[in-house]
Amino acid sequence: MELLLVALVGVLYSAGIYLMFRRSMVKLLLGFIILGNGANILIFLMGELTKGKAPIIDAEETHFVDAYADPVPQALILTAIVISFGLTAFAIVLLNKVYSTTGSDDLDSLNIQDLDI
Amino acid sequence: MLTLIVLTFALAFITLLMKRFVHSKYVGLITLVPFTLFITFLSYIPKVREGTNVFFKNEWIPSLGISLDLKIDGLSLLFSLLITGIGTLIYLYASSYMRGHVYLHRFFCYLGLFMGAMLGLVLSDNLISLFIFWELTSITSFFLIGFNNENEESRKSALWALSITGLGGFFLLSFGVMMGSITGTYSIQELLGQSEILKNHSAYILLISFLFAAAFTKSAQFPFHFWLPGAMKAPTPVSAYLHSATMVKAGIYLLARFTPVLGGEYEWNTTLQIAGGVTMLYGALHSVFRKDMKSILAYSTVSALGMLVFLLGVGTEKALYAASAFIVVHALYKASLFLITGVVDHSTHTRNINELGGIRHKMPWIAVAGLISALSCAGIPLTFGFIGKELIYEATLHYPLHTIAMILTVTAVVTNVFLTCSGFLVGLKPFFGKLTVRCAEIEKPEAVLWLPPLILAFFSVLFGVLPILADDGFVTALAHAINGKKIDQHLQIWHGVNRALILSGMTIGFGILLYFLFKKFRNPMRLTERFNAISPQNIFTLFVDKFRVFAFIYTRFFQNGYLRVYLMVIVIFVIGLVGYKLFEDVPLHVNTTGLSEFRVYELVVFLIMVVAILFTIRTSSRLTAIAATGVIGYCICLIFVFYGAPDLAMTQFAIDTLTVVLFVFVLFKLPAFLNLSNRAIQFRDAVISIAFGVLISLITLQALVSPADKEISRFYAENAYELAKGKNVVNVILVDFRGFDTLIETIVLSIAAIGVFSLLKYRASDEEISE
Amino acid sequence: MKRYRSKKEQDQTILRTATNYLLPVLLLFSVFVLLRGHYLSGGGFVGGLIASIAFVLHSFAYSTKQTLSLFQFSPMALIPAGLALSILSGLLPVLLGLPFMTGVWFADSVAVIGSVGTALFFDIGVYLVVIGVVLTILFTIAENV
Repeated sequence: MELLLVALVGVLYSAGIYLMFRRSMVKLLLGFIILGNGANILIFLMGELTKGKAPIIDAEETHFVDAYADPVPQALILTAIVISFGLTAFAIVLLNKVYSTTGSDDLDSLNIQDLDI
Repeated sequence: MLTLIVLTFALAFITLLMKRFVHSKYVGLITLVPFTLFITFLSYIPKVREGTNVFFKNEWIPSLGISLDLKIDGLSLLFSLLITGIGTLIYLYASSYMRGHVYLHRFFCYLGLFMGAMLGLVLSDNLISLFIFWELTSITSFFLIGFNNENEESRKSALWALSITGLGGFFLLSFGVMMGSITGTYSIQELLGQSEILKNHSAYILLISFLFAAAFTKSAQFPFHFWLPGAMKAPTPVSAYLHSATMVKAGIYLLARFTPVLGGEYEWNTTLQIAGGVTMLYGALHSVFRKDMKSILAYSTVSALGMLVFLLGVGTEKALYAASAFIVVHALYKASLFLITGVVDHSTHTRNINELGGIRHKMPWIAVAGLISALSCAGIPLTFGFIGKELIYEATLHYPLHTIAMILTVTAVVTNVFLTCSGFLVGLKPFFGKLTVRCAEIEKPEAVLWLPPLILAFFSVLFGVLPILADDGFVTALAHAINGKKIDQHLQIWHGVNRALILSGMTIGFGILLYFLFKKFRNPMRLTERFNAISPQNIFTLFVDKFRVFAFIYTRFFQNGYLRVYLMVIVIFVIGLVGYKLFEDVPLHVNTTGLSEFRVYELVVFLIMVVAILFTIRTSSRLTAIAATGVIGYCICLIFVFYGAPDLAMTQFAIDTLTVVLFVFVLFKLPAFLNLSNRAIQFRDAVISIAFGVLISLITLQALVSPADKEISRFYAENAYELAKGKNVVNVILVDFRGFDTLIETIVLSIAAIGVFSLLKYRASDEEISE
Repeated sequence: MKRYRSKKEQDQTILRTATNYLLPVLLLFSVFVLLRGHYLSGGGFVGGLIASIAFVLHSFAYSTKQTLSLFQFSPMALIPAGLALSILSGLLPVLLGLPFMTGVWFADSVAVIGSVGTALFFDIGVYLVVIGVVLTILFTIAENV
């Protein structure tokens, strides 16, 4: 049911943005992941949803015989998911580094330029 | 010809490298550069005199109509002669004046660059290359004004000059582009033929406003004049060269260049008359109240520039002819007076005319040059100035409208009275009268110092006695170029006793009277100081200061360094803008037909996700938050399964697992959650986030309704097996159709890995360094 | 063979025993997923991720160090190896006078895998890069944080 997914996208975006508004670094990161999930679902919705049928041509055929899911958004999302892992990993290490250097999790307290990180 | 200009630039840069040579006693040889150019330009006089224009075609960006075409006509030739001729004298003079300066090589480099840019400016026959050279003169002028860069005043003046002339440059570019789009050509020569179209075009007023903005800023017209007196912080040779004879006349050149194209209309004439008239009065008036020789000269230069604009505004044949003559008159006497000032300053270390007197005993040749220049400035017969002044009065007296002719004449007379006085203040006052204490001990200046002003003074007399030389040589050709057609006027030493002669006599008489009056004033500046508050410079400074304060507040408000605030600004802006557009233009409706069926398990997954999201947001435990995020990921995995995306489901599953593992590794090294925000802020954030979520949902909904273009998907689906021998279309897209993207993606992943590795592995060595 | 086991090690006996079987099975599965990618769902990304999970599981049961000792080399070396394989598979058609990354296949099909072409080698390259990246990231973090 697409309407459910539409609502889900909204909820994921809200939650992601809300978490990114927090001052805690970990919440920022979680918000970022959730926002990414929301974006993936959004892209997924852009191709018309087809229940059950993967974009895989039947073994005996050389062409699609019946309805198939749109492959382009899937290819996009697949790369997005993998990239997001790399990004999350880098961000997490960066935050860890910031935390161990400044001893603060409060993003607001990082607002000093002359810190030797 | 282009080669010559390029060579000038090249030589300027080479000067930078020849530090040893520049600081040796042979530095005077550098004068050969402008002198060679001067001779080259002299050789064009015969051709141009006959009225032929010489063109040099050079392609640059033909597809855009931009070329480096050069053109030598009366106007560009005269300016080129001034630039190189006076340039020769300035080089000679500077080689002695600036001797021993640590950055002498830089000085000559800037000067050379300026000369090249200025030549390019006056020779260009293309609006765009004209603009480029125009900007180059502004930039080189900036370096020359700020040459004494250890002096704060000097830097400030340089910045003012650059800002004001740079502003003008912007308008010149706008002007050029507009001209190009109206006529379809950037060639000035071709524009001459389109004069009527331009004059009747609806954008005519805008065009000339842009042109005037460029010319007035460059040529220091009121109220943009104040950068010019400020520019006197430059070394004196620079003041003499740029700020009296050449660069400030670029604005005049621009107006003169476009007079045959755009001139002659009511708006053109009136604006120039008023702007020029105000400037020449203002400058002349101010000049007599100064005591600093360079200040006096600066204001009298402003006044003379006003006079030229004024004459171009009067626009009759006589006026254009007078302007042509006056350009030369002014360049000769003003450059000379500046050079004299430099010598006086150099030997007495003061430019205050109160402290100067009787120097003629110490430097007779300088005194002679000063006397002649002052007389030429005053318009005493047998100097070139006399002829120039006669022509000006002739022009104003013969203005077609009688009442306006009266006003113009009175303005011109008053201005000239003051200019006479200020010329005497600089050219006579320091040299005559009793020798002051300050000047008693000075040494005799070298020949290279007194020779250049004397040569200039000599030409003032030569052209005054034999005006036919100037007339036949270049003034007629110049007037011809400005007017666009031949002018039947000739310079004459004696016009007979007429109204102009009487006015000349009156001017000289009143000028001398005024001179004796102002000579006595010890501190006339007091009289003008009370108006400082409303002077244009103060108003500009105030504006700039306020603007800076505004910019500071504005930046502080939006760029306050808090990540959240940036994000919030972006989000609110998106909500406002997209939301408005959505409600304004898009009819919201939901089309349920064609959507897939509703299944209970979908609702269950949805509810699980909502609960997990709530947990993530509300929990105070990091572990719970991460676990809940993991649950969200697995639920999305299920959604992919439902809707025919097994590849995505598998990938999402694996990545989600790895992300949780990642968090678990780092978890206890990460800080615990702190409740940093109070309830009000949380509520505010919640409202904004929910609004954003609702907006995204609405957009998604609308996107679902509008049919998507499936052409690309269809292509991939139909050709997956045909072209790529694969049946899993997603995989085929990844490794074959869009293989290059995937390759780049793997590279990005590798970079992330290297980033993580280096951030962590090299920590120890980093700490060693920082300690 | 160690005779004395610590408490922690005893707790992990079940996991370790399981992992000893799971690791090869999962790796085999990952290769299977990789190879069948062109015809059924799967591919280099997923395959690489599954293989990574297998190693991560092993590191949970034993330790990062012991998992790393399974490799004769640092997992980071997989990254350039994979990238090189991908690029070479793209360059192969260039040698045949075709544009970069044009698909080229052997004439005969192989069982399970289907027709073998440059795309397969490209996918293997992706597979190696993914393993290299994930293991580098996770093991670096596990060791250094």
